Amino acid sequence: MTQNKISRRDFILRSTKAGISAATAAALAGLLYESNPAKISPQSGHIVEPMDYSVPPIAGKTISIVTGFSRSAAVTKAVELLGGMERFIKPGDNILLKPNVGFSLPPRVCATTHPELIAQTIKLCYKAGAKKVFITDNPINDPKSCFELTEIASAAQKNNAEIIMPRQDYFKSVTLKGAELIANWPILYEPLKKVNKVIGIAVVKDHKTSGASMLMKNWYGLLGGNRSIFHQDINKIIVELATLIKPTLVILDGTQIMVSNGPTGGSESDLKQTDTMIASCDQVAADSFGASLLGLTPDDLPYLVKAEKLGLGTTDYKSLNPLYAKLRE
Amino acid sequence: MKITTSRRISQIFFFVLFIWLCVVTTVGEKFWQIHGWLVNFFLYLDPLGAIGTALTTHKLYAPLFWSLITVILTILIGRFFCGIVCPFGALHQFVSHLAHGRKKTELITLHKYHKVQNIKYYILFAILIIAAFGKYSSLQCGLLDPISLLTRSINLLILPIIDNLAKISATSRFYQTSLLTLTVFLTFVLLNFYKPRFFCLYICPLGALFGIINRFAILRINRNLSKCTDCKLCNAHCQGSCQPAETVKLSECLLCFNCLDDCKFNAIDFDTADAKTGQVSPDLSRRGVLAAAFTGLLTLPALRLFGVSYKDNNLLRPPGAIPEKDFIKRCLKCGQCMRLCPTNVIQPAGIESGLENLLTPVMNNRIGSSGCQLDCVACGYICPTATIRPLTLAEKLGKGDFSSKGPVKIGTAYVNRSTCLPWAFGRPCLVCQENCPVSPKAIYTRPNSEPQNETTLLLPYVDANLCIGCGICQHECPVGSKGAIIVTPDGQSRENRLFL
Repeated sequence: MTQNKISRRDFILRSTKAGISAATAAALAGLLYESNPAKISPQSGHIVEPMDYSVPPIAGKTISIVTGFSRSAAVTKAVELLGGMERFIKPGDNILLKPNVGFSLPPRVCATTHPELIAQTIKLCYKAGAKKVFITDNPINDPKSCFELTEIASAAQKNNAEIIMPRQDYFKSVTLKGAELIANWPILYEPLKKVNKVIGIAVVKDHKTSGASMLMKNWYGLLGGNRSIFHQDINKIIVELATLIKPTLVILDGTQIMVSNGPTGGSESDLKQTDTMIASCDQVAADSFGASLLGLTPDDLPYLVKAEKLGLGTTDYKSLNPLYAKLRE
Repeated sequence: MKITTSRRISQIFFFVLFIWLCVVTTVGEKFWQIHGWLVNFFLYLDPLGAIGTALTTHKLYAPLFWSLITVILTILIGRFFCGIVCPFGALHQFVSHLAHGRKKTELITLHKYHKVQNIKYYILFAILIIAAFGKYSSLQCGLLDPISLLTRSINLLILPIIDNLAKISATSRFYQTSLLTLTVFLTFVLLNFYKPRFFCLYICPLGALFGIINRFAILRINRNLSKCTDCKLCNAHCQGSCQPAETVKLSECLLCFNCLDDCKFNAIDFDTADAKTGQVSPDLSRRGVLAAAFTGLLTLPALRLFGVSYKDNNLLRPPGAIPEKDFIKRCLKCGQCMRLCPTNVIQPAGIESGLENLLTPVMNNRIGSSGCQLDCVACGYICPTATIRPLTLAEKLGKGDFSSKGPVKIGTAYVNRSTCLPWAFGRPCLVCQENCPVSPKAIYTRPNSEPQNETTLLLPYVDANLCIGCGICQHECPVGSKGAIIVTPDGQSRENRLFL
């Protein structure tokens, strides 16, 4: 049995549709055609200048050292000696506090910045007219657990400060001008962009690779990615971080310092009572004094020497005529 | 209100409750976090887990006692759990409703009873035989149990996808068996296009269990022959495909009550009448039961032929896990520990951990935000069968009353000297030593005998007596792939010691 052929009209219609489809396929292939295979070339990242949050220096008011066991009283006094928080914060400023939130451990083991100190600093900021206080860190342990167990989350909440979690999309690959290590490396950039003043708050801790973990090492918490690789040249990365961030003010807590099993500690037997609080505009000087609490000199900590050479501060904190105060016990 | 409307309300209620309980399985103290919610509600009501663990362990763990309520109610009124409580059943019913047209004649054909439905009874028998192997028994009911399966699918697939897209958790969540979870979940959901409630009709071992124990149910679906006009409309929406218009298969009846609603002549009743129109027991043959038993008898040794068995003692389990030979007798594979773990280190086991251990919890220190957190005992508190024992912090850390016993060891870390940066390449590192959370540290250093440049190179060593196997070192190790410091299950508290 023969089948009926399609009509001429149907044939032309069908041929036209087939022709258009074939032409579209060919055109798409032509448009997307690429003769060279993709290149493997490292990207340069977003090039950044050092981020300067500092305020103009006042001679003789660069570093203050207060003795006392109460963290809140000591920090209030230490900042007051430098001219009060009003010197650092203008009404309407947005402030970023960068504490050490590294480990999911309770405040009593002092592996992280003490919540009492954070609470008082937030209060001082708001009293000086701050618009909003933010807190951030990229901890080593689970971030949420770290902020909660260190009680920094509750200190922030009670005092109306906002915690910025180290979410993946808050990091940005940056290249610091002249830096070798911070090259196309993810940095916790979003919080830094949000504010115009940055305050570093750290604790004095024993640290095997670098000798001691204090204010300068604390900026490590702004690094993302597989940052553990930087321990191969820990001094360089610490100095590059201190170059990247020029803070408004730094506060170093030497009330209870970790003298062994640092930087995690985990036991109160790792701590030593030294009852000291340091506020400073020069993080190198503050760390140099902090080293003395651990029985170290700046020469024991190569990153301090390197930072001084680069003009990031002075290791000879005495030359800055520190302002001393002793709180009544 | 129509009885089907109240049935629908109940289904929606339990489905929403189920999802809500999955959402609140999050560590924290806010109202939408675990604080106080009875998140194991459905797992406790599920008698399959209870019967399975009773067969394997010869005991009934306290919270599983709740399933007695379900059993007794089923004995009295039939498979109410399937029809009005089960959230997986509700999902299937909803998808089936969307998947098929509304033409009554087509629906009557679609909902025809099929003898193959009995395969679920054979699946149940095989699972129970595997659980009744005595000394060699294994609990595999969790693979197909609808509550475990749905808990896994929501907690380890749907919620993490939403969480990662909406960035609710500070760090993204990962589950290494996501492809398996997705395939199983999607397959069962999409099979509703082929046959409404495919899973409930052909697969569900829990439904099969209810189908067997409802044979003495006091209230039953009855067709009143004096009123019936033989229109067959009662078959059109029958969720259990039990054909109320013919001899109703009562073992298949899910108590959806659609037939009551569909009958225009009030010929269908749910009452105590003499069930002349009903068949109580499932269409099982002696041959089939024997075949199922044979399948079960062959399956367990076959799973163990894979070569990774409890004797190898090579699985890294969460802290508080009971010894391996008991572990596989209790674990429901529900995934609650994996969902709750704040650091996401507890992962469902893939086939590399042994077929028998598929989907049981193992630790993968390279996934998640930071090994096993020192001050955390969440997994033990959520485990519905105490396969991971609820530890107190003092017990986990070996403090207070437990100081003589020492901390709970998950395993022991080994430095791989051929990939460790200081050992292999003479480069400074010590990230592992820094992050070791115990005090005194289980990782200590010694200087390299050949001094490098001006500074001495320090090399990491593990003190196996102090190491608790938390895996934080392995998580932080900068060396790619598995890291250069690797936690193995050696020396774990639940098994034999490592050293003589």
